[in-house]
Amino acid sequence: MAAVRKLPFWAENILLPSLNLLAAFVVSGLVIWGLGEDPFLALSLLVEGAFGYEEAIGYTFYYATNFIFTGLAVSIAFHAGHFNIGGEGQAMIGGLGLTLAVFLMGDASPFLSILIGIIGAAVFGAAWAYIPAYLQAKRGSHIVITTIMFNFIASALLAYMLVGPLQRPGGQMPESADFPDGVALTHIHELLSYIGISFEEGPMNVSLLIAFACAWGFWFLLWRTRFGYELRVAGQSADAAAFAGISVPRMTILAMMVSGALAGMMGLNELLGEQLRLLGNFTLGYGFVGIAVAFMGRNHPVGIVLAAVLFGALYQGGAELAFEMPSITRDLIVMIQGLVILFAGAMEHMFRTPLNRLFERFASQEAV
Amino acid sequence: MEFFADLVLLIDSTLRIATPLVLTAFAGLIAERAGVVDIGLEGKMLASAFAAAATAAVTGSPWYALMAGVGAAVALGLLHGYVSINQRGNQIVSGMAINIAVAGAAPTLANFIFHKGGQTPLLDEESRFSIITLPGAEALADVPLIGGLYSEIISGHNLITYLTVLVVPATAWLLYKTRFGLRLRAVGENPEAVDTAGISVALIRYQALIIFGVLCGFAGTVLSTGLGAGFIRDMSAGKGYLALAAMIFGKWKPVPTLLACLLFGFVDALQGRLQGVSFPLIGEIPVQFTIMLPYVLTVIILAGFVGKIQAPRASGIPYEKDH
Repeated sequence: MAAVRKLPFWAENILLPSLNLLAAFVVSGLVIWGLGEDPFLALSLLVEGAFGYEEAIGYTFYYATNFIFTGLAVSIAFHAGHFNIGGEGQAMIGGLGLTLAVFLMGDASPFLSILIGIIGAAVFGAAWAYIPAYLQAKRGSHIVITTIMFNFIASALLAYMLVGPLQRPGGQMPESADFPDGVALTHIHELLSYIGISFEEGPMNVSLLIAFACAWGFWFLLWRTRFGYELRVAGQSADAAAFAGISVPRMTILAMMVSGALAGMMGLNELLGEQLRLLGNFTLGYGFVGIAVAFMGRNHPVGIVLAAVLFGALYQGGAELAFEMPSITRDLIVMIQGLVILFAGAMEHMFRTPLNRLFERFASQEAV
Repeated sequence: MEFFADLVLLIDSTLRIATPLVLTAFAGLIAERAGVVDIGLEGKMLASAFAAAATAAVTGSPWYALMAGVGAAVALGLLHGYVSINQRGNQIVSGMAINIAVAGAAPTLANFIFHKGGQTPLLDEESRFSIITLPGAEALADVPLIGGLYSEIISGHNLITYLTVLVVPATAWLLYKTRFGLRLRAVGENPEAVDTAGISVALIRYQALIIFGVLCGFAGTVLSTGLGAGFIRDMSAGKGYLALAAMIFGKWKPVPTLLACLLFGFVDALQGRLQGVSFPLIGEIPVQFTIMLPYVLTVIILAGFVGKIQAPRASGIPYEKDH
């Protein structure tokens, strides 16, 4: 393979991901066509359902909030050289921590309850990531396998809590009692109405802003602090890091704990923002999608936010699509997500070589 | 005597549960020894379980089902190969993506073809790999000790389980006693050397992935047409990941991998038996905790007993020719 020349910034970060996305949509379109529906109509319904009106936009950003948290979570572990596939389990346990903290506070003060709840989510998520991280750093256990196992364990643990100690008194469903009155994050439409802007009611809430803050903090931590520098060095070359006196096991553990805390905070949006109680399997695969979000966003917070909005749109638009077209179900949307992950994450180099040739040809023509 | 009967039943279900585990773990073993990491065993198993069940439901033949199951898994294996060998993409992301895509695609197609909410219709005996009763099993069933052993443990499995018994020595022979096996292991350890010898690294990896696909296909087929009688949503239920863990626990070697699979199979069988059993002092263990057992065991084993893991040196690393 010839030396890879660097593509211009816009081609690398906008054109390439768009082409990958297009490829995923073409394959999805073929499947939809095979199922006997019109793929172009499906695409327009999807876009309309995701961005067509205020309520749709609200839902798109509501889902995007989850993906910002899980995308950042995958990304920070990746910067430290590790694959955290346990975002799903960390989010579940984070949600459990949030719920326990909220119930522990009882009726004290809603503001304090929310604050402690947020801390509970982050701490429980971090703790759930700590064990696989410790086992990787100190015992050499394969972190991919252990985080996958921890997803299964978390799921069973959550199921136990929700049909056992935490189950709504007298209830039959795997869900907890409602949070005390007032323990909820403010909705964005309420915030906007304070400053005189009217926006359709929706589930979008303050955790979106918290997610943005986390994205900024992520950037600051990784590229503006000594800790972030050491973390990235440890991720790129463990030998070089060790030679420079950086403790690689320590970096592994700390990066994974931040990762788990971020994944755990996904519960802010789902539980504290909308459901106002703990539900079994409220994570719905958002933790796994975080892998795609991180890769598509090129492991940079701005990219991650953009990719999260894209996946949010896919979720919201897909739900509308499933509603409009009888032969398209939620399952098909899951398949489309898988294809997007495949094309945007795993096959990200597919269009790079042809694009490179194209750019070189243009460059030589200009030289002439 | 009751304990003995219990034990016989437990071993019987261990063998049944271990069948897809052994097949997928050996599939993973061959791929990783050739330098391709695949955490998408789960997806390949699920895809072939669906393909096999759907084909069996339509044609009524387990043989066509097996062909479809193997075909589906080989196709996905080659897709993973294209991503990891030609595109030099991230193999973990590729495996994950295939898992998610299949988890969505299989019930979608099942719903499209059969309109049964993402399942395939229940298969009748003729269209499945049904239980084979070995000669004399019924006659011997009442004989103490050996009767139970023979009629429960050795007799009374489906064809694919019996074939699986052959897979283990066959894989060991292929890996250690043939020229292809030597090349395959070399590609996983030191692809540069293989390339220098004038052998195509890509070709060997693709060949390994075809064998990988065939084994995954058998695993998926046995799931839906041997052990079960039809495809249901998410029926692989983490078995692909357990197989992966068994392979690592077995240090990428055939016999230890087999033993690890049998251990996982036994724990899974045990957790099934423990459900609803009341213990002295602690009482009944909640079902969620018994479900956790295999996963917790995996973590403990990986942390405590495996020791230093030496994966095939080039596994997961794409090969670039003029590197």
